[in-house]
Amino acid sequence: MTAAPVNRIVLFSSVDGPGNRTVFFFQGCNFNCGYCHNPETIHLCNHCGACVSVCPTGAIRMEHDEVRYRREICCACDACLRACPRDSSPKIDWMEPEQALEILRQNRPFIRGVTVSGGECTLQRDFLLRMFEGAKEMGLQTLMDSNGNYDFSADEALLRVCDGVMLDVKCFDPAAHRVLTREDNALVLENLSFLARAGKLEEVRTVIVPDQLPNVETVRNVCKILSPHWKEDANIGYKLIRFRPLGVRENYRGISVPGESSMEELKNIALNAGCSRIEVL
Amino acid sequence: MSIEQEIAKSTVGIATDTSLTHEQAMMNLSKVSGQFVYGFMPPEGYDRQLELGVLSDIGEGYTPICPRYLLPDYDLFLEKGCKFLRIDPPKDLFEAIEALKMFYRHIPSITNFPVYLGRLDRMLQPFIRDEAEARFLIRHFMIFLDRTISDSYAHANIGPEATLAGQIILDCDYELQNATPSITLLYDPAITPDAFAALCARNDLACAKPSFANDAVYRSAYPVEYGIASCYNVLPVGGGAFTLARLNLKAAADQANNTEDLLNRVLPEAVRLNCEFMDAKIEFLVDKSLFFRSNFLVQEGFLHLDRFTGMFGVVGLAECVNHLEALEGHTDILYGHSDAADSLAHRVMCQLTELVNAYVSPYCAVSGGHFSLHAQVGLDIDIGVSSGARIPIGDEIALYDHLRHAGQFHPYFHSGVGDIFPFEVTAKRNPESLVDLIKGAFSVGMRYFSAYASDSDVIRITGYLVKKSDIEKLARGEAVQQDNVIWGLGEVRNSHILERKVRAL
Repeated sequence: MTAAPVNRIVLFSSVDGPGNRTVFFFQGCNFNCGYCHNPETIHLCNHCGACVSVCPTGAIRMEHDEVRYRREICCACDACLRACPRDSSPKIDWMEPEQALEILRQNRPFIRGVTVSGGECTLQRDFLLRMFEGAKEMGLQTLMDSNGNYDFSADEALLRVCDGVMLDVKCFDPAAHRVLTREDNALVLENLSFLARAGKLEEVRTVIVPDQLPNVETVRNVCKILSPHWKEDANIGYKLIRFRPLGVRENYRGISVPGESSMEELKNIALNAGCSRIEVL
Repeated sequence: MSIEQEIAKSTVGIATDTSLTHEQAMMNLSKVSGQFVYGFMPPEGYDRQLELGVLSDIGEGYTPICPRYLLPDYDLFLEKGCKFLRIDPPKDLFEAIEALKMFYRHIPSITNFPVYLGRLDRMLQPFIRDEAEARFLIRHFMIFLDRTISDSYAHANIGPEATLAGQIILDCDYELQNATPSITLLYDPAITPDAFAALCARNDLACAKPSFANDAVYRSAYPVEYGIASCYNVLPVGGGAFTLARLNLKAAADQANNTEDLLNRVLPEAVRLNCEFMDAKIEFLVDKSLFFRSNFLVQEGFLHLDRFTGMFGVVGLAECVNHLEALEGHTDILYGHSDAADSLAHRVMCQLTELVNAYVSPYCAVSGGHFSLHAQVGLDIDIGVSSGARIPIGDEIALYDHLRHAGQFHPYFHSGVGDIFPFEVTAKRNPESLVDLIKGAFSVGMRYFSAYASDSDVIRITGYLVKKSDIEKLARGEAVQQDNVIWGLGEVRNSHILERKVRAL
């Protein structure tokens, strides 16, 4: 079965890779980051039904012990997300790759590529393979937005149809990474090196959280690994993203947005390491 | 009111209006007499259509002293100079710019300012020797244009090739944030490098220009080179348009009992009268008026009588179709939102095309002996009538659908059509995404695409550019240099221009 749980489709996006792209966001993640900005995408629905009674339009119903969702009568009030006890969402569509390709076919004249994001897109590996193969046939560029918790070096087939990975490197220090994501980061760092060597690293993204994470250490080590590639003119971007307390869970709402000077300091680290494509967001 | 009383009212009104500059007052006064003195007679029955609002002469009056839109051959001017103005062919960039400044001063049009400034990059590029000097001279040239041509219908063209001159023009425009001149990129993805197109998109999101014209299609619009003049008018270079007279499809539909009545009775009559009206005016312009018989632009070969056409303007297709559907009781079937409404719109446009093409004018050889359909942008006094074939503001549909829809209807309008899209500021970070969108739009039939960012001061009203800050000034009763601001204010009040759907990219 190659169907995948799709949380959201953005038909045109200027913020998920080069040019205009269609973006698929999948439900489900194998990290559980404290600062997650879309915590409702972390888990798959277990059909507990807690959201059914709070839905004001009847868009969510229980049928045969499963939560069913009807997008056409949803009023997008998000009451279901607030009622969910396990960081999930009933508002997903299970899609086959062919359905996704049909959407891309419709959009084809207006976009240069497709980006898959999440949740964590690599959890839908078989779907991605089929989808990217089809997208390539249409002449579209294919990008993955990944947390890096997937062994890319062992998946030649997928990488062959993937133009690049936009890799999250959340934290370099393993212990701090474990606190943040509840997972180890060894695979992430292996991917950082491997994807850069393979020419499949589109960009790296680090969310900067003041006081909570060793930001300078992370940026410095990422740059150390990428520096040789930048010096050989590899066009790998580095996106430094300010933490913002929007959409995050309770315990992260009190944390402040990093200041101008600390972002400037991090930017300079990347600049000095030879990165020519730095974006501070 | 008697004619004498009307003339007195208009004249005193202008002479005492403190929101006009001297230049605007002078030009407005010059238009008064032409509304009352008949150099030619409109066909019988025309006045009735005028009263009903079905037809409009768009204020050209009845004693025109020059054609509406002129596209002089500036290449010839730069090569040969001008005897009448005693200007020698320029030898360097400084001289070229000085020569153009003098020449533009003498190019008339309906606005009394030039509506076409030529393919500015191609004209200046051969004179560029030193980049720093070129940047200095072109920057001041562009400031000069904005401060002396008080009208943003003045239109410069650039592209499709990327040149240093083009890049300098774009960089200066980005910095200066002026409404004038309007600029269009003649865009052909097969010729224009992506980086140059992206530079143009960057400017769109900063100062609402350049617009993108579908060069691959427009290149064969006429047997001679085309240019984009005024709003987005596609006209022959070395000629232009004698006149523009328009048909309001919504007002026409109001006169019809049903669709068949519109197609078979109201439209044929309105089209005949509009065409005969244009021919009567052109006859006066060609045979009696001073311009073609004595103006140096014609005598020295910068303009040729046989490169002019007449523009048959159309507005209100959306409201026409919605009205016809409502007559059948289908109030929920709307143009742009339903295949039934859109196919009715195609029927109206096909019939209109057939009727206009059935009329042979002796003056329009350059457009096959026929008047050329044009999606007129509207007038500031229009209420509830959308430009050309545009989906009404407030009724907009999803972006890709909107572009496909525009792509279906743009091809009807040979002498110009266009759609305008405001974007969220996020698009500024990735101008290439706008270029992708435009490539797609052209591939599905669109001919002309304009964009601006939601936070921009310079914005596109219906086809022309205005600074929002100027509109606010004028709304307070203060005079502003640029005359389009007056129409811009009317459009903001009557056509909800500031309420266009902002697109997120």
